[in-house]
Amino acid sequence: MARTRPEPHAPRPAPPLAPSASAAGSARAELERARAEPVRPPLSAKQWVWLAIAGVALVAYPHVFDAPYQRHVLVMVFIYALMAQGWNVLAGYCGQISLGQAVYFGIGAYSAGFLYANYHISPWLGMLVGVVISVLVALGIGLPTFRLRGHYFAIATLVIGEIGHTLMLNWEFVGGATGVWIPIHRDTPWYSFQFHDNKLPNYYIGLGFLAAACLVVAWLERSKAGLYFRAIRDEPDAARSLGVDITRYKLVAIMISAAFTAVAGAQFAQYVLVIDPETVFPLLLSILVVLMTMLGGIGTLWGPIIGAGVLFPLSEATRVWFGGTGGAEDLMIYGALILLISVFYPGGLLALLRRLFVRAGDA
Amino acid sequence: MLEVSNLTRRFGGLVANDGVSFRAEAGGILGVIGPNGAGKSTLFELITGFETPDEGDVRLDGRSIRGLGPHRINRLGIARTFQKLKPFAHLTAEENVMVGIMQHDSNMRRARDAALAALDFVGLLDKRRVHAHGLSTGQRKRLELARAMATRPRLLLLDEVTGGVDQRTIPGLIELIERLRREGMTIILIEHNMQVLMSLADRVVALHLGRKIAEGPPEAIRSDRAVIESYLGASYA
Repeated sequence: MARTRPEPHAPRPAPPLAPSASAAGSARAELERARAEPVRPPLSAKQWVWLAIAGVALVAYPHVFDAPYQRHVLVMVFIYALMAQGWNVLAGYCGQISLGQAVYFGIGAYSAGFLYANYHISPWLGMLVGVVISVLVALGIGLPTFRLRGHYFAIATLVIGEIGHTLMLNWEFVGGATGVWIPIHRDTPWYSFQFHDNKLPNYYIGLGFLAAACLVVAWLERSKAGLYFRAIRDEPDAARSLGVDITRYKLVAIMISAAFTAVAGAQFAQYVLVIDPETVFPLLLSILVVLMTMLGGIGTLWGPIIGAGVLFPLSEATRVWFGGTGGAEDLMIYGALILLISVFYPGGLLALLRRLFVRAGDA
Repeated sequence: MLEVSNLTRRFGGLVANDGVSFRAEAGGILGVIGPNGAGKSTLFELITGFETPDEGDVRLDGRSIRGLGPHRINRLGIARTFQKLKPFAHLTAEENVMVGIMQHDSNMRRARDAALAALDFVGLLDKRRVHAHGLSTGQRKRLELARAMATRPRLLLLDEVTGGVDQRTIPGLIELIERLRREGMTIILIEHNMQVLMSLADRVVALHLGRKIAEGPPEAIRSDRAVIESYLGASYA
């Protein structure tokens, strides 16, 4: 013990935050080297190339594959991916597992569709109204439940999802179980947010919103809020002990999540033009975005997109395969898929791809 | 600097802290000892706002902080480490420390540079890009220390900083705490290792079954009859 105990009145006290190593010179050099490193490694040239290829491919896709069904698949992938990205911000980054995302999707869909069908208000404005209502509902859910610990939040969101579904089924003012039939107007496509000549506008609008959401997430990954989200996910008590107001940041996360999801819902309504509680408020939808994100890679920028890109076409394919009798074969397949992924690759397909890719790159 | 008066916390029928009072003077190191279940960790939970006292008060520089949430108390200048370590497992060492800094500076670059200085201080600079789950227990203890210091506290509460690490790393941890003291940090230390306590603490508070049974300089506490009884039973005293 005596060896390590310094003289109580040493003539020259150590300067604040002095390097701890005895070889101060080399430690100083190490610190300088560390300071010169970027906070986050910038994209490598190779990553930029891949990003550019993906961007060009997505922009070119509907011109190469111009059959309506081929375009339809990607429009739906964009909508699901946006919704999955919304779940990812809340659950993947901030660690708050929501099982009621369909509520925000439904609110977005009904705000756009109902306001247009009944008051001829542009669905763009309806989308904005949907975002505002969703964010307020999210606050209403988050304020009481974020003070609870453990799985209460997940359970509460599950219950609220079902309440939303039941409420809409019985609320005759907004159409009850029949839902909303959005009137078709061919003359003002941009005001009406409905496109009947071809699916190109839907495709690029979907791609645009998804890209914007990804930019928000990319910014989060480089910001204080994103760092706080991940700290809250890993150890909420430690975050609190370090001055993080965890309730406030969880509320920020759920508001972003609700906004993304409402935008997806409004787009969906204006794409299919018929919405009812069974299509935009079901529990299955809330579960599906969880599965998509987990499949692709939870808590990563690209995970929700990869997950939606794999799962939606897969579900379409199984429907074709087994016939559209409404059986649960597709659910069984993605159940098995999720099980395999979470056992063998908890990081999702993204981790798998990265491994294959990095290996190939090193060779 | 910190004054705890008549602090009481009950969990059902169990009284974890029972009328505990003491003061921690600025610039000193106060040790808290006691056998398992004495209420040491509960005392820390009460001071840092993770638990609210049923009775009594906690005052920081004369101002009551009773009932404030943990993040508010931290922002007032009290930081802590956890007995059961709580690293942000999927964050790098650098990011772990940045979480502590960002209440003072939202700029990622400056926060990172401050984090590097803190990591350097605890000797973890070479681990800056390692995720916390990849660090050894001793390294995680240092990381918690760096993280707590990054919030720029005036008072640091260390819960068994030498517990669970191998003997060879203890002298390094002691030296770190000594250096913090020399920089003017006030420290309250829960410690089981008597040698560590003797070499660091100016004063010691001994708890047993939630009550304070002795307080004084370490040498006096070591030979205190009530303290020895609490650890070894009455027949050894």
